[in-house]
This record gives sequence, structure tokens and C-alpha cells, in this order.
Amino acid sequence: MANTDTIAVEPFGRKPRPLFAPSRVIIYAALIITSIYYLVPLYVMIITSLKDLDSIRDGNIFIPTSNPTFAPWVKAWSEACTGLKCSGLAPGFWNSVKITIPSVIVSIAVASVSGYSLANWPFKFAEFFFTVLLVGSFIPYQVMLYPLVIITREMGIYSTLWAVIFVHTVFGLPILTLLFRNYFASLPPELFKAARVDGAGYWRIFFQVMMPMSVPIFTVAVILQVTGIWNDFLFGVIYAGPTNYPMTVQLNNIVNSLQGVKEYNVDMAATILTGLVPLTIYFVSGKYFVRGIAAGAVKG
Amino acid sequence: MNRPNPLFRNLNSKIASLPMVFIVLFVFVGGTFWTVAVSFTSVKTLPIFTPMEFYDAFVGIAQYQRLWRSARWMISIINLGIYGSLYTIFAFVIGFWLAVLMDQKIRLEGVFRTIYLYPFALSLIVTGHVWAWILNPAFGIEGTVRGMGWTSFSFDWLTNREMSIYAVVIAGLWQGTGLVMALMLAGLRGIDDEIWRAARIDGIPKWRTYIQVILPMMRPVLITTFVIVASGAVRVYDLVVALTQGGPGLSSQVPTIYVYETMFVGALAQGTAASSIMLLATAIILIPWVMVEFGKRKQG
Repeated sequence: MANTDTIAVEPFGRKPRPLFAPSRVIIYAALIITSIYYLVPLYVMIITSLKDLDSIRDGNIFIPTSNPTFAPWVKAWSEACTGLKCSGLAPGFWNSVKITIPSVIVSIAVASVSGYSLANWPFKFAEFFFTVLLVGSFIPYQVMLYPLVIITREMGIYSTLWAVIFVHTVFGLPILTLLFRNYFASLPPELFKAARVDGAGYWRIFFQVMMPMSVPIFTVAVILQVTGIWNDFLFGVIYAGPTNYPMTVQLNNIVNSLQGVKEYNVDMAATILTGLVPLTIYFVSGKYFVRGIAAGAVKG
Repeated sequence: MNRPNPLFRNLNSKIASLPMVFIVLFVFVGGTFWTVAVSFTSVKTLPIFTPMEFYDAFVGIAQYQRLWRSARWMISIINLGIYGSLYTIFAFVIGFWLAVLMDQKIRLEGVFRTIYLYPFALSLIVTGHVWAWILNPAFGIEGTVRGMGWTSFSFDWLTNREMSIYAVVIAGLWQGTGLVMALMLAGLRGIDDEIWRAARIDGIPKWRTYIQVILPMMRPVLITTFVIVASGAVRVYDLVVALTQGGPGLSSQVPTIYVYETMFVGALAQGTAASSIMLLATAIILIPWVMVEFGKRKQG
């Protein structure tokens, strides 16, 4: 084969590379080996949840059973015990649904409007409040835990669903406002100006001009919030009250329950079930998920 | 001429931003000040608000003296140091390394990215329980390897006081490195191709270009990633609760658990003192980010 490297002018386009060049092999080997490390926990979780207790005791954690059973899944969903109650994860799942849906709606409503105000209708000190909000998002939650207990108690909602919804709105606000502010600021200003000239006001421009153009960013925000709120543990424990404990709290109580024989297969089934909602969202919406988490790092 | 009151200009925007302004003032600013103020008092359960109450309960730095005399707090702080530094360093090294591998124009890039990032979609409670199972001494890796005939094999980090915090690091890295990889990859893709061409013409090997040319150019990305990763490490709570429950003994305690277990059980001021130290730690982490943001404003 002719060697073209001696020619001073660089050839255009990608350098043709054989698939099995040594450097390529090393790269792919490294990628595959690390992939295995990342995949093993998911694999172990799934095969463990399909075993019965005997094959867990005798078997190898990495080898699947020859006669899989879905009984642990059923038990995890509807019968597993936390202390004296034996109703499984199902109540936690429904509590998480009841917490997540309104929290996502309220937090996005507040943040999108705030971002719109900042981008298109700035008023005195608006940017100042926003800067404080952004810096505030780095403050450890522990600093604001008790003040939020006092605030929700004064509002008369402590230990109810509304308290968790409120707290998720508070802590979702910085990142979501940043997301919406940057997005609205990136839209062509002529659209906004034209709507103003036509006599449209604040709300009309928001609902009829901005929102229809912002479907992608609303999608990103919904994905970010659904996964974030579904995965929350701390706020659920503190603000929701025992009757509204979300799924993560329920899972933790089931796994840490000390009664009877430790059923590792049921624990793993419960763990997968809890991770199923965010995992599904992630696999379905990969690109949007990446955009959401990258938004925090790209400052406007 | 009758000039309109400037307070009412842009009124809708101001009304719509009220939730944001209230949250900034009462939760982020007010809550933080209140927590720090209470840490200088002897309050046990009933929160206080008026200056007179603060004056009566004022005890100076007594809560902080008590904090640093507490063996449990010392363990928590040392563990945070171990976890925070190891987690940050390894997340950066592995994350950057994976990003470089992904940047080699590989096939199936989307598949690999999905694999590295999916743990980040899972909650830390789920992460903790999966790793608790894999690291379970009887049935996990240790039991499996022993079952294969290597009976002296030992991997008992979860039940070993010396090693329990390192088990938290392993689980944390599994969950969090995908995020670092994604942010770094975005940074790498933002590097101008001209740089690569220049480095190639100068005959600099690829790995040296990455370390000596590309890495310094990615400084803004590195700093924001550092702030996100390190301030997240200070907040570690769910993971420890799910994986080790702070044990065995007190060996894997972290400050967030200390705050939780003092604040809500009749040692409110002690809890606020501990959370104020966490605030301080976060403030130190934020310094590089603030300097970059401030520097940018000065130039622009």
C-alpha cells in the first residue's frame, strides 16, 4: 500500500482505519471491560430477583438459576413487610406517583415563568435574586431542612403531600429556572418584539408564543424532575409523613426490616421495581436526559 | 405629565416572579441565616425567632466546642474527607479517561454512553441496596469466590470497620462517574479541531496532547464539574443509609447523618452547628467557581 503521509497537504475526510488495528483493539477492549463493570450490578440484581431462596444459598451470585420464578417480584410488590405492615411496595409506588406528578407540574410552572421573566421581562434586582438562587442551589440541604420544617408547619402543610411538593418546588427551582431562562434567552428576540408590537401582554406571549416553541425544553425539564423526584429519599422521610412515604423510603424499610428470614431475592426484586420508572425514562429518552444533566454545567 | 409609578411597571412579570423571590428570601437566605444563628444558641427543640430569644439563648461557640469533642462527629468528618477526596479524584480520573475513549470516533458510541450513564438515573437508595447485596460477605463476591474453592479469599468491606467507607466510595463511583464522563465529553467536543491539527503537525503524541494541551483548555468545564461533584459528595446521605446505615458501629458515619440524628431528636442547635460546618465546607469548594465567574464578568 502506498504511504501518503509524506505529502505535506493533509488529505480531507476521515483517515481510513482498519477495524482491527492494534490501537483500536485496545480502545474497544477498555470500553467493553468498563461496560461490564457498569452492567454487572444490573445483571446481578435481575438474576437474583428471579431465584428462589435455596438457589441463592447454594449458588453463585453471578450465575442465573435454571428455574427462574417471578414469586419474589409478586411478594416485593404486594406482600413484603416493613415492621408490622405487610403490603409490599405498592403503596409506596402510588405515594411516589402522588408526590411526583404534582411536584413536577408545580415546580415547572413556577420555574418556567420565572425563567421567562428573567429572559424577557427583566425588572430591577431580578438578576440579583437569580444569582442568589444559583449560589443557594449549592447549599447543603441540611442547612435548610429545619427552616423548611418551620415554614411548612406555619403554612399548615407539614407532614402532608403538599409539604413534599413544596420542598421539591423549592429545590428544583434553581436548575429549572436556569434551564428556562437560558432557553428563552436563546430564542430570536424578534418573535417577542413582534408579539409586543401586536399588543400581546405578558401572559399571552408566554402561552401563545413562548410555550409552543419550547416543547424540547419542557421535555428536558419533565425528565429531569420526574427522575429527580422519584429518586428522592430525604425529603420524603422528613416532610411527607408516614402515610405518604414514597417508594424509595418503602424500599429502604423493606430491605432493612429485621423480621423473619432475610429474603434477598425479594429485596432485589423490590430494588429493581423502585428503579424501574427512572430507568425506563432514561432508556426511552437518552438524549433529553443527557441535556438535562448537562444544563447544570453550562452556565449562561 | 403624570408618570406611572415605577413599582407597577412590568407588574405581571413581578407578580409571576413572586414565588421565586419568596423562595430566595425566606428559604435560601432566611433559612441559611436562621440555621447559622441558631448554632450559637442552646436551643434544644423549640425553634426561636425574635432577637430577644436569640439573646437569651446565646451561648457563643459552645455548640461548636461540643461538636469537635464528639467522637462521632470526628469520625463523620474524617469519613467525609476520605469519601469526598477519593470520590472526586476517581470520578475525575475515570470520567476523563472514559470521555477520551469515547472521543476516539468509536462505533456504537450511543450504546456505550447509555451503559456508563444509566446508574446515574437510579436513586442512591437503589444503588446502595444493589451494592450491599454484591458486597454481602456471605453471598456476594466473597462468598462466591470462596465457593469456587479459594477459601481464604476476603472481601468483607461492608462488615469491616476499617473498610466500610471505601465500600461507599465504590458504590458512589458506580453511580456518579457517568455524569463526569458526559460533562467531560461535552467539553472535549467543544475543543476546536485546529488544535488537534496543530498538535499533530508538531508531532506531539496523542496522549500528551490530551494531558498537556486539551486538559488545560478545558479549565472552565473542569471547574464546574469539580464544584458539582465535590459539593454533591458533601451531601452524601441516602447512599450511606442504604449501604451501611453508618456502620458497622460508627465506622461509616457522615456529617449528614449526624445532622439528621441531632436536629430532630432534641439537639436542634447541635444539628444546626453541624450543618453550618457543612455549609463552610461547601463554601470552600465553591471558591474556584466564584473566582471564574467573577473573573469572566471583569473581562467581559
